[in-house]
Amino acid sequence: MHIPDGYLGPQTYGVLYGVMVPLWAIASRIVRRTLHQRQVPFLALGAAFSFVVMMFNIPIPGGSTGHAVGGVLVAILVGPWAALIAVSIALVIQALLFGDGGITAIAANCFNIALVMPMSGYWMYRLISSGATPTSRRRWIAAAIGGYIGLNLAALTTAVMFGLQPLLSKGPDGRPLYFPYPLEVAVPAMAFQHLLLFGVIEAAVTGLLVIYFQRTEPSILEPAGG
Amino acid sequence: MKNTKNLWWGLIFLILLSPLGLILPELVKSGPAWGEWSLEEIEKMVGFIPQGLKKLADLWPAPLPEYNLKGMEGKGLIHSSLGYILSGFLGVCVVVGVMLLLGKCLGKKDLP
Repeated sequence: MHIPDGYLGPQTYGVLYGVMVPLWAIASRIVRRTLHQRQVPFLALGAAFSFVVMMFNIPIPGGSTGHAVGGVLVAILVGPWAALIAVSIALVIQALLFGDGGITAIAANCFNIALVMPMSGYWMYRLISSGATPTSRRRWIAAAIGGYIGLNLAALTTAVMFGLQPLLSKGPDGRPLYFPYPLEVAVPAMAFQHLLLFGVIEAAVTGLLVIYFQRTEPSILEPAGG
Repeated sequence: MKNTKNLWWGLIFLILLSPLGLILPELVKSGPAWGEWSLEEIEKMVGFIPQGLKKLADLWPAPLPEYNLKGMEGKGLIHSSLGYILSGFLGVCVVVGVMLLLGKCLGKKDLP
């Protein structure tokens, strides 16, 4: 899901920088207002956790690979705006140091993985778990569903960015200049893998860790902590 | 959050396990993630290399491509697993360092 350099044309990755820069600024302002110093190590842990989870490539035998992100879990624990910052930092380090995701595509990757995923998964979690006590079963089920929805929506927005490229840019010979496959190839391919496998892994990781926090530190799951 | 010590240990444990993300795909002969192909792979799949893609592909010389250390890649799974773990530790240290610094600037002072 980490879009490399060259897969998106300038009009796509440029627009996404234009979208993400103000959102990063808004996130910083919200986090400045709501984050306590004692939550900072937790935020660092969240970013590091997401970084490591993305190193676990899960194979489809003979096919491609994918991975979980942990973005919805981070959002459940520190709130979606802090998660936007934490996962963005993980993605920036992955791009700069390890070439995982392009630098022209940093904003695009942050849009999909650090914005769409934590926001959608977090609100799905809040919706399903509303009124449930922190230790109730509905909490971890809501978290698992949130993880599943979040990763799949991120895969979908990634696929849409890919699939728009042949429509947006063609060379003089009529061939695509950037990502070569159209929407009708990119969307089903990405959706299929994430609906059937990677989303299920994300759901399991998110649900199990929420169960862990229910048993060790349920206060962190209080709505006020969001 | 009272105590994050167990979580830091959990994180270290995950880093030590991370080569699974390298070994398992190798074992079942999986390729790269969908939409993260090399130029050669794209050429094989669609029959040509898109010109714009070619121009931008090698824009950034990442110091540790593919989470591996120089001299540790291409020497079998043991070497590359070790490189993967070291890359994981390095990446986590940088991420945590940046986050703590950023948190210091952004987080508000706690009341005593």
